[in-house]
Amino acid sequence: MRYFETSEVGDELPPEGEGAKSRLLTFYQSLTVAQHFTDSTEKTMPARVPFWHDPAKRALIYQAVVLGMVGMLGYYLFTNTLANLERQSIATGFGFFAKEASFEIGESPIPYSAADTYARALLVGVLNTLKVSFVGIILTVILGTAVGIARLSSNWLIAKLAAIFIETMQDIPVLLQLFFWYAISYESLPSPRQALTPFTGVFLSNRGLVFAVPEPDPVHGYMALAFLAGCVIIWALRRWAKRRQEKTGQAFPVFLVSTAIVVCLPLAAWLIGGAPLKMNVPQLKGFNFQGGITVSPEFAALLLGLVLYTSAFVAEIVRAGIQAISRGQVEAAMSMGLKPGQVLRLVILPQALRVIIPPLTSQMLNLTKNSTLAVAIGFPDFVSVANTTINQTGQAIEGIGLIMVVYLFFSLSTSAFMNWYNKKTALVER
Amino acid sequence: MAQTYVTQELKPPVTRVGFLGWIKANLFNSVFNSLMTLISLYLLWKIVPPLVRWAFIDSSWVTTGAGCRAAGGACWSVVTKNLRFIIFGFYPYDWQWRPLLAMIVLFILLLFSRNRRYWKKSLGYVWLVGLVGMGLLLRGGLLGLSAVESTKWSGLPLTLLLSVFGLTAAYPLGVVLALGRQSKMPAIKSLCVVYIETIRGVPLISLLFMSSVMFPLFLPEGITINNILRAQVAIILFTAAYIAEVVRGGLQAISRGQYEAAESLGLNYYQKMRLIILPQALKIVIPPTVGILISAFKDTSLVVIIGLFDLLKTTQATLSDPKWMGFSVEAYIFIALIYFAGCFSMSNFSRRLERELYRGT
Repeated sequence: MRYFETSEVGDELPPEGEGAKSRLLTFYQSLTVAQHFTDSTEKTMPARVPFWHDPAKRALIYQAVVLGMVGMLGYYLFTNTLANLERQSIATGFGFFAKEASFEIGESPIPYSAADTYARALLVGVLNTLKVSFVGIILTVILGTAVGIARLSSNWLIAKLAAIFIETMQDIPVLLQLFFWYAISYESLPSPRQALTPFTGVFLSNRGLVFAVPEPDPVHGYMALAFLAGCVIIWALRRWAKRRQEKTGQAFPVFLVSTAIVVCLPLAAWLIGGAPLKMNVPQLKGFNFQGGITVSPEFAALLLGLVLYTSAFVAEIVRAGIQAISRGQVEAAMSMGLKPGQVLRLVILPQALRVIIPPLTSQMLNLTKNSTLAVAIGFPDFVSVANTTINQTGQAIEGIGLIMVVYLFFSLSTSAFMNWYNKKTALVER
Repeated sequence: MAQTYVTQELKPPVTRVGFLGWIKANLFNSVFNSLMTLISLYLLWKIVPPLVRWAFIDSSWVTTGAGCRAAGGACWSVVTKNLRFIIFGFYPYDWQWRPLLAMIVLFILLLFSRNRRYWKKSLGYVWLVGLVGMGLLLRGGLLGLSAVESTKWSGLPLTLLLSVFGLTAAYPLGVVLALGRQSKMPAIKSLCVVYIETIRGVPLISLLFMSSVMFPLFLPEGITINNILRAQVAIILFTAAYIAEVVRGGLQAISRGQYEAAESLGLNYYQKMRLIILPQALKIVIPPTVGILISAFKDTSLVVIIGLFDLLKTTQATLSDPKWMGFSVEAYIFIALIYFAGCFSMSNFSRRLERELYRGT
């Protein structure tokens, strides 16, 4: 009916007699037409639609076609691969896991020799990847946060230096940075005999960075126990302090006291244990150092390149996160009488972290994925070991499949964590 | 009788205005900041003068390797003496004007495309013609240009080829994947999700390894595809997943009303996307797309690992020459400058564009 009303709006006044009659007639005619039209749509439309005009059925056809095409492509590649594998007589399956790897790995957190199996070699690779990623992520977060805050500093010089750092590091490929640091370590650093000693007990040479560590002592175990006990005490203390504040309104200096506990308990254990001070100082023997802890040039170059590159991106994320908080939040917190430390801890950080954490985790994942570039400078990470395995066994499909599965596992577990975190910190809206 | 007041104009304290004022406000506005300023100035004083001395005063620019070792400073000769090899690699010496011309054409096209006034359909055609022309210049075999095998393509032209052609080919694929991920058809949606998440979850290097050792196994007997094309395919497949995610962001940013309006006009799916949704969505995501181009440009350096001679590899080849051994730092700084110039101009452009689009001009 609306259709009819609107058409009438523009009509001028009807003429007398004959005109009025004819107009009435048109009105009835159009009414019946409209009636007929609605009838036909209601009754016949669903019945007469051919299946290729029905969106639901059409979707089924599209999907069947696409799946069929993907399936055919997969089948084609699969048969080709089988034929090729047979022709080149390459074994399939993961039988090579139990065979002897017969290649050395430069550095390994667990005991490994060339006589061990491929499975153990690959495990060494995974552990090396985890080691470099773990250390890299910690250093990146620290450096990135510092640079991000420096970028927002009211100090012009500091802000500009941070900006230059961020722009430079972001715009140079990370692989080039790795080559650069590696080149510096083997070209510009002296041989172990003329090693640089910036501090006593620390030696820097083209064989890496060697530094002294405390001689192992049973007291260290007790110190670790004391540290754990301190953590438990702090956890209880925080609960107690929170309950007391809710009840009485009196705040307790939790941070100061917990710092004191964490520092003092292990220190006390060390003193009671007789304060062992013996250090394992590296000694130059033959062409290289023995004793102490060695950081190989490959590991150092990889770590330095990854940390500098990724921290530039982290700095930008931190800066954006802090800038996302409106000035009013800070002013409101200060006008409530909170101290600057409290403003940071109770108002700024909880809000900024909600913005910062998701892109930060993706940067951590990027760092882990970029650590695969270790293969270019000879650090034995997982990809490097898997690559050697592929070259020796010829089983490329299994090798690359393993690489993909391992990194997919890292990224899927990270995104599972992210989903959990996002749900936890999502704003509760009415 | 008139009383005269002698007003004395008091100038603001000298430490509040001008140069001194600026220094006080920006460098020494608190104890902590003053300390930081002094520490940074000390560090800069320790680092910059020796660096300038090494790079410019003691440096040698056009000597031999032996001459460099005698001079002691930076050896830029490693770059100047090998410039043509570093830039063009194994491309036949007499025809190196062809990749040079191709790069100049690319450069002009990029400069031209910076201006948003030229963003019309015709620009797309110009790019298409330009890309084909560049490929022709590099490859030869037509119009009297002698053919150059793709195994000889190397250096900076290869880096640019992999990133520019990679992005061009990955873009449509990425848009299709993004549309697939937004689709209501479960089979298509899950195929796209699995593809995108798998590719984004694995490092590029694994795809490059795949292209170099697994592709040959996939193909029927007797058919081989050259290295560069295989790496190019890996880069395209990789970049497409990232583009898909960026485009998906754009699709989600378009308000529901736009979709509904298009549907109520009676447009079918193709028309709706082509005429209403994609023009708006793709416009929003231009800045992050430039970001992907930057990453693609940087990521092409990874082809070094599967043995292609891109800019980084030709530099390393130069450095493995005993005459020039030991000057890696200088050579790497030079190509870092090339990469920096490329990425910095692109990221500046993207930031400017973001501001302009945000203002809505």
